[in-house]
Order: sequence, then structure tokens, then C-alpha cells
Amino acid sequence: MSVLIIAEHNNTALNGGVLNTIKAATLLKDDAIDVLIMGKDCAAVAQTAAKVPGVRKVLHADAPLYEHALPEDMASLIVGLAKNYQYILAPASTSGKNTMPRVAALLDVAQVSEITAVISGDTFVRPIYAGNAFATVQSKDPIKVITVRATVFDAVPADGGNATVESVAAGADTGLTKFVSQELAKSDRPDLTAAKVVIAGGRGLSSAEQFKAILEPLATKLNAAIGATRAVVDAGFVSNDLQIGQTGKVIAPELYIGIGISGAIQHVAGIADSKVIVAINKDEEAPIFQIADYGLVADLFTAVPELTAELG
Amino acid sequence: MKVLVAVKRVIDYNVKVRVKTDKSAVETANVKMSQNPFDEVAIEAAMRLQEAGIVKEIVIVSMGVKDCQEQIRYGLAIGGDRGILVETNSELQPLSVAKLLKALVEKEKPQLVIVGKQAIDDDANQTGQMLAALLGWGQGTFVSKLEMDGAAAKITREIDGGLESLSVKLPAVLTVDLRLNQPRNVKLPNIMKAKKKPLETLTPEQLGVDITPRLVTLKIEEPAKRKAGIKVPDVKTLVAKLKNEAKVI
Repeated sequence: MSVLIIAEHNNTALNGGVLNTIKAATLLKDDAIDVLIMGKDCAAVAQTAAKVPGVRKVLHADAPLYEHALPEDMASLIVGLAKNYQYILAPASTSGKNTMPRVAALLDVAQVSEITAVISGDTFVRPIYAGNAFATVQSKDPIKVITVRATVFDAVPADGGNATVESVAAGADTGLTKFVSQELAKSDRPDLTAAKVVIAGGRGLSSAEQFKAILEPLATKLNAAIGATRAVVDAGFVSNDLQIGQTGKVIAPELYIGIGISGAIQHVAGIADSKVIVAINKDEEAPIFQIADYGLVADLFTAVPELTAELG
Repeated sequence: MKVLVAVKRVIDYNVKVRVKTDKSAVETANVKMSQNPFDEVAIEAAMRLQEAGIVKEIVIVSMGVKDCQEQIRYGLAIGGDRGILVETNSELQPLSVAKLLKALVEKEKPQLVIVGKQAIDDDANQTGQMLAALLGWGQGTFVSKLEMDGAAAKITREIDGGLESLSVKLPAVLTVDLRLNQPRNVKLPNIMKAKKKPLETLTPEQLGVDITPRLVTLKIEEPAKRKAGIKVPDVKTLVAKLKNEAKVI
């Protein structure tokens, strides 16, 4: 009876969501948690994972094949290891969402997507309808393939453990897909899903220039990540990886400040777990005021610079 | 080539859903139903490939109750050539849908299956990936750009940190992101024409697929309600509240 965690990384560092996923795994009250690291030249990542307290064993599959985390190749390796495990977990990131259903189908089991709570060894809670309802589901499958909403589980400590690292032979190249290129957004700001403070902008910002001019000074002052609504991303003000909501990222910061955001169902799905929600909007009927702890009905073009100045 | 597009009937995205008092499900009686928004993007993608002369036939498929015909007809009005409904009153979960789709793929032999990246009701984001796995095909998920390149699909995917480009060998399964395209409006004459397009009805039994759900839903609940807080009169008060009351800055 043990848990296999599919760890996400960029071949040099472990993705933060993995520590939250390990936390979820400890709630399964299972005795053994193993972490699988698939990648290219990623021995350092395997060593990092081995230091996480509570990890029994790190399985390390190192091959050029795994450099870009293609789901076809990863899934076939995972399925080969699956018979030793009762649970296979991954963060519900784009990578986890991409690979895990493939694993589940190959094992002929259902996948439980994006769990937000563990009730018992076979029963979990997960959001449906953009977080407007929560389903408690019981899995009847012998192997439970699960993705975890990382923001609702605390991260386990990254240090203090001493797991063994075991090499795993790479699987065959399926040759079904080829990596071509990657275009990663570069930012000095904290990662959106991990930031303590998030400033999000909506359609009210009216242009890419205004979005930058109004939000960036405030974000700098608060050491905040910047996020956006779909409208803003579609209008091309910012890149899509900053989208918060049902189809973008789900965040749970200490403080969320929504600026010029009406609060559509699909956006609220991504912010509802924030500790404190602040809304600045000139429309006092905007739905976001129904969930905001502090609302300021004001023109953002004067209120936000004033707020930035006030924070000194 | 032939393309299969799968569409799902879901509660309209603008509806604020209500959970039934017995916590068994979400209320669907007298609630507006629509095509899953991601699936409209999938049909539009297929249409554009047809208009580019790459795709010859678009088959729109859906699974579930008889009323799913409406969503197939809608897809045919956008431009699909014919429809297939796999009719059942039983609950369908992504693994079952993927198995039904696999059976249809074996029957229809398309080169490409295009589906939405997720349905806005179950938010599972599984079916396309599961179908690709069952068929042993490559997958291109969360696609925001699509070009055909001979025997491969050149796709750009939305990933957490930005974008990724892949070449996926055909036949393949693609799941589309909202950013791929802007679906066209359906014109009235096309709705009339769609009524005359062929729509075949099959059952899971005819396709030889066991659709027994693997997950049992024990209950459905409303999320903890977030109470509306207070409105502050000015920026100074806001900062004071955040510092002294909420203690978050």
C-alpha cells in the first residue's frame, strides 16, 4: 500500500506544487510515499526530492526522452510502475492535467481531478461547476489516480528527510509527439500560484499600457504577483499564463486585490480561497463586491495610484 | 481527412447553479442548457480546417440523453456534416465517454478527434487525454494554435509558464483552449439546413461499451459562502483596514 507522486520540475528545480501534493498524500495515511522524477540530467532534482521529510524513496528516470515531459512517454513509464502502488498523485498543473488522465485510461481506472480535500482513503472532495459546488466522490478503483489542487494543501517542509534515490530504466520512445519549442514568460515577480499577495486587473484597465502603468508600481510595493481576467488576456494586455479562474490558475493568496474586475463566475472560481479579497471598481453593482472583504467604489485610475502612494 | 468533434450538453455558462436540497445533484430542471463553450471552439477549429481544404468531413458526436440532439444540431448548424448521438440515460463519466469515443473512432476511422479541454460542469479535463491513451495516439492538449503539416499537427499549447509548441503525429486527439479561435455565429438558414443533415442514434450496448461509473458521487454541496464585507469610503481607510484589521500588509 503506497503512494507514487509524479513530481513536476524543469530539470533543475522541483516545482513548488509537489510539496503540497506530498502533504495531500500524507492525509491518505499510507505508510510509504515515493516520488518519481522523470527528466533529462535532473539528478539534482532527485536529490532535492530525497530531502523532503516523509518521502521513502525517489525513483529517478533520467533520459533525453523525458526532457520536455511529453505525456505519451511519461504515461507509459508510470503505468509500468503502477502495479506497486495504490495511489498515483500529481499536482493539478497543466502538466499533471495533461499526463494523469492518460495514465488512468491505460490502467482502466477513473481519474479524480483536482481534489481539495481527503475524506478517507477512497473518498475525496472536488470542485465542479467552476467551484460553485463541491462533490464528495468515492473511488472504487484498485489504483486511484488523482490530481491535487495544490493551493488548498500546505506545503510539507523541503528539508530534513533522507530518502534513497533509485534509478529507473527509461521506457521506449513512443515517437507520437515531438517537442518543437517553448516560450516561457519571464518575470521577476513571485509565482502567481505561490504569491502571498496578488494584484489582478480586469477590463477596466482599458489598455496594455494602462495595465502596466497602474498595476506594476502597486505590485512592486507589495511584492505581489500580477494576474488578470480572461477579458484582459484575450485583449492581449498580458500573456495567458497570468489568467486566473476556472480555465486559468487557481490562487489562494493572503491578499487578493481585484482592480477593474466585475467578478464573473469564471474568474471568482480562481480566487474564492483567497484569505482577504479587496475590490476596487467604479461600478458599485459589480458582483465582485458580493465576495469582497473590503470594497472601494472608485475610479481605479485615481484610487490605485493613491493606494500605491499611501503604502509609502 | 475526416474529423470527429465531440460536444457536450451542459448548463449554460452564465447560470448560477443551485444544489438540490437533498444534496444529490445540481438542479437541472428548467435550467438553460447549452453547448459546452470549449466544444464550440472545437467545431470552429474543424470548420477552419475544412475551409482550408484539409478536412473533407466533420462528424459531430455527443453522448447522453436524447436532448443532446440539440447540441449536435447546433454543431451541424455551425457546419458539421453529420451527427452521431450515443443515447443513454445513465450517468457518463470521462472514462466511459472516452471508451464510447474510441468505439466511434474505430467505426468512423477519422484522422483527427477534436474535443474541448474540459466541460464546464464536471471540470474534469480528462476525456481527450483518455481517448488518446485508449487509441494509442498522440495528444495535443490545451491547444491555442493549430496548423496541419502533412502527417502531423503543429500545435501551440497553453502551459503554466507560457506556451509550448509540439508536432503531434496523425492520427491524433486534440483538446482545445478558449484562445484557439472565436467561434462564428450560427445563421438562421443554417439552422434550417442542419435539421436535414443526417443524425444517427446508437446505444452504448450497440457499441459494446460498459459505461458503469467508477466514481460514486456521495453528495454535492454548496461551497462555504463568502460573506460580503464592507465598503470603505476612501483609500486611506482601505489601507488602515488592511494594516490593522486584516493584517495582510
